[in-house]
Amino acid sequence: MIRVALPAHLRTLARVAGEVEIAVAAPLTQRALLDALEAQYPMLRGTIRDHATRKRRPFLRFFACQEDLSHELADAPLPESVASGKEPFLVVGAMAGG
Amino acid sequence: MSQVRLLVGTKKGAFVLTADGKRERWDIQGPHFAGWEIYHAKGSPADPDRIYASQTSGWFGQVIQRSNDGGATWAPVGNEFRYDGVPGTHQFYDGTQHPWEFKRVWHLEPALSDPETVYAGVEDAALFRTEDGGASWHELPGLRGAKGHLWQPGAGGMGLHTILLDRSHPRRIFVAISAAGAFRSDDAGETFRPINQGLKSLYELPDPDAEVGHCVHRIAMHPSRPEVLFMQKHWDVLRSDDAGDSWREVSGNLPSDFGFPIAVHAHEPDTIYVVPILSDSLHYPPEGKLRVYRSKSGGDEWTALTSGLPQRDCYVNVLRGAMSVDSLDDCGIYFGTTGGQVYASTNSGDTWEPIVRDLPAVLSVEAQTLR
Repeated sequence: MIRVALPAHLRTLARVAGEVEIAVAAPLTQRALLDALEAQYPMLRGTIRDHATRKRRPFLRFFACQEDLSHELADAPLPESVASGKEPFLVVGAMAGG
Repeated sequence: MSQVRLLVGTKKGAFVLTADGKRERWDIQGPHFAGWEIYHAKGSPADPDRIYASQTSGWFGQVIQRSNDGGATWAPVGNEFRYDGVPGTHQFYDGTQHPWEFKRVWHLEPALSDPETVYAGVEDAALFRTEDGGASWHELPGLRGAKGHLWQPGAGGMGLHTILLDRSHPRRIFVAISAAGAFRSDDAGETFRPINQGLKSLYELPDPDAEVGHCVHRIAMHPSRPEVLFMQKHWDVLRSDDAGDSWREVSGNLPSDFGFPIAVHAHEPDTIYVVPILSDSLHYPPEGKLRVYRSKSGGDEWTALTSGLPQRDCYVNVLRGAMSVDSLDDCGIYFGTTGGQVYASTNSGDTWEPIVRDLPAVLSVEAQTLR
């Protein structure tokens, strides 16, 4: 199972606590992961990716294995340790500054 | 026993305030959707326990929430607002044409007789409708056909913030848009036309009498007299006696005719309320005194209502959606401030009391009268 850590506001919206686990068919990519996440939690549609363009919303970031994967191509493979469930895929709200 | 429910949208969540018909003690529930901006929440006239709320965030975009039990519990419904066909372009700050881009829902207006049907006013300005309780939303593109390519966002965004439905003309819809103006449909939203004749924007537009481009802040009507509309424009308070075909200024003796909300008394169609704000760049009350102004003559002659409101050192704003009235015999008037206070008057504005003082900045207030 793929582990996904959502920011607090999206956990509340999805009514989950802690990480969520989703099944994703190989090969694991950002697109496949987010498609599966939205299928399991339809209320998240439009909150991580724009409905129309399917692009990441500007003030969200994708981290895993201490790397910023936000600018990786949607169909690029995700790290093996995310695919194996060893490491979570983090959806992070960008810093607001201040 | 009658009850009043206030749906309060704030910068950091929604609150549901309820009281019995005396309106002396208020129960405050919330925050719902804590941390999110709640631009607007409104109940269905056909089923007051059916409430829709616009939940939005710079990070996470738009969510629409629906309650079927008067705001006790909520569930997200559809949140896809896709412009009809090729979205096209509107005027942008730099003079170029800019593609329409959905940002958020400013206003939700449930239909008068069907709780499943709701109109949504969005930024960039457009009108959407659901007929399945919010599961899916479809644009009424005729609105943007009303010279939409000439609309240009103001500093606050190009939001469609006001939707008025007319019970005596079921196919009539009024909308108002920041920095675009007021518009009317007489064919259930199929087509719209600008209704801005008589508006003058001397310092905001190169042509003060332009057909579109006026920064209308709010329009209001009394359901018993839907031909009469009242408008708070960027500057100027105006009145129309012909369903918006023409307007005349009724600012009269107001200390400032800049402001955001305007509301009509529930039982007196010529009694109207505004909250004067000092200027377009100084969004607080003149002299640091929070004063609601009431006209009992449909404009021109105004009286300051101050009892119970802070009369010194007050520098809050009252936003366009943050004033509402109930329909009890002693008409209740309510407004919320950017300082987080919600004030209530249970005697048509003669005296005021704060219901709550320290909410997040209030974006919207909607009163429901439950019998």
